[in-house]
Amino acid sequence: MSTAETVRKIVATHGKLPVDVGTIADDGDLYSAGLSSFASVQLMLAIEEEFDIEFPETMLNRGTFASIASIAKAVDTISAEQQAA
Amino acid sequence: MNIVTKAVAAELSDRARRAAKVAGEFADAVDREGRFPREGMDALKNERLMSIQVPGELGGEGASMQEIAEVCAILGQACASTAMTYAMHQIQVASIVGYSGNSAWHADFLKRLCDEQVLIASATSEAGIGGNLRNSVCAIEVDGDTVRLEKDATVISYGEMADAILITSRAHKDAPPSDQVSTLFLKGQYTLEHTRDWDTLGMRGTCSDGYIFRGEAPKEQILPRPFAEIAAESMLAVSHLLWGALWYGIAADAVNRAQSFVRAAARRQPGSTPPGALRLAEASSLLQQVKGNVVAGLRQFEEAKTDANKLSAMSFAVAMNNVKVGTSQTILTIINHCMLINGIMGYKNGTPYSLGRHLRDAHSAQLMISNDRILGNTSTMLLVHKQDTSLIG
Repeated sequence: MSTAETVRKIVATHGKLPVDVGTIADDGDLYSAGLSSFASVQLMLAIEEEFDIEFPETMLNRGTFASIASIAKAVDTISAEQQAA
Repeated sequence: MNIVTKAVAAELSDRARRAAKVAGEFADAVDREGRFPREGMDALKNERLMSIQVPGELGGEGASMQEIAEVCAILGQACASTAMTYAMHQIQVASIVGYSGNSAWHADFLKRLCDEQVLIASATSEAGIGGNLRNSVCAIEVDGDTVRLEKDATVISYGEMADAILITSRAHKDAPPSDQVSTLFLKGQYTLEHTRDWDTLGMRGTCSDGYIFRGEAPKEQILPRPFAEIAAESMLAVSHLLWGALWYGIAADAVNRAQSFVRAAARRQPGSTPPGALRLAEASSLLQQVKGNVVAGLRQFEEAKTDANKLSAMSFAVAMNNVKVGTSQTILTIINHCMLINGIMGYKNGTPYSLGRHLRDAHSAQLMISNDRILGNTSTMLLVHKQDTSLIG
């Protein structure tokens, strides 16, 4: 399963979106789709757990959680950095 | 600060002091009668202080948030209702200046704001959203180039006195509650049906009555950027900082009154320290904490303001929330200290040491955006946010 697909599953479980996640494109705006700031934190915690990573402070902003694609990109970046370290 | 900006800042403060003097003369009447602080607001218009945040090329003065906060602090020492009305207006101006993009209509409006010193109100509260301004029930109806909106607004501060209202709604009829836009309606484009009275403990002059808002306007009056961005990057931070500044002003005036009381007592009995003196020293220390809190927040805002990533960062949101919660709680402690110092002279209305209005106005601080809601929000962020332990940053 690609990172984006896993992220999509987690968004479906923890995003608490008022719409079906299947209707949102990978680059679709999650905030417009109804992602609240509270749900974005829950989502972040679930992603940290799933991928065994920790989001650095510099990535804790709206941009990182704007879309499934941007979350997947952040996850891949952090995973690569953690493996290199 | 170079010499030129320092001179401009001094000039702004002088203008604010002149307006504050007028506002102060009517503060007790405004409070007692629960009426709009007309005299203070007219004085602010006469000093052309309504438009200082508008960029120079549109006819304003491009004032920084620090300079605007200073005006709020000066007003807060004279009349909290005038200060709050001014602060709320500037919060709306910040949204329009920062988030109207290349919209010619909004640029023209800002020019008009400079020419006519118009007053802008805000309508974010709505029946049925549970106090969360990031949700709307109502939706804006787009019909060709025209938009229509009806909103059951539980609170529109100084709504009837405003020349324009910036109002949130869902972006379209099928949008989820958090997909919001902000639209600026001009007087004449809307009607207000009065539904709820504003008869409160304090901040009585903001006239924050409830209304059914019904408006129709050209579509171009919708701010082009989503309200989610405006709220996260500008509105919450600017609100907390400008409110914090005027709350500091309320507490600073209370401490001034307590100091006058202690000094008068000391003069009557030279050689002995009046009983209130120690508590005054404590109040002074607390006031410095409030000032430090607001100033540090303003500095952080100035550093982040040109960077959307910094403005939407969790660390920034936590810091701004802390400014709000900290200042709103501490001013109550300070004013209570001052009340103990001034005794019955502070408790009574109409003495030079009266503190009733200060105390009542200050009680609004922990409620406007409830501290419990803000602490809940911060506690969620603290699940993932890592604190910056450096002192200077």
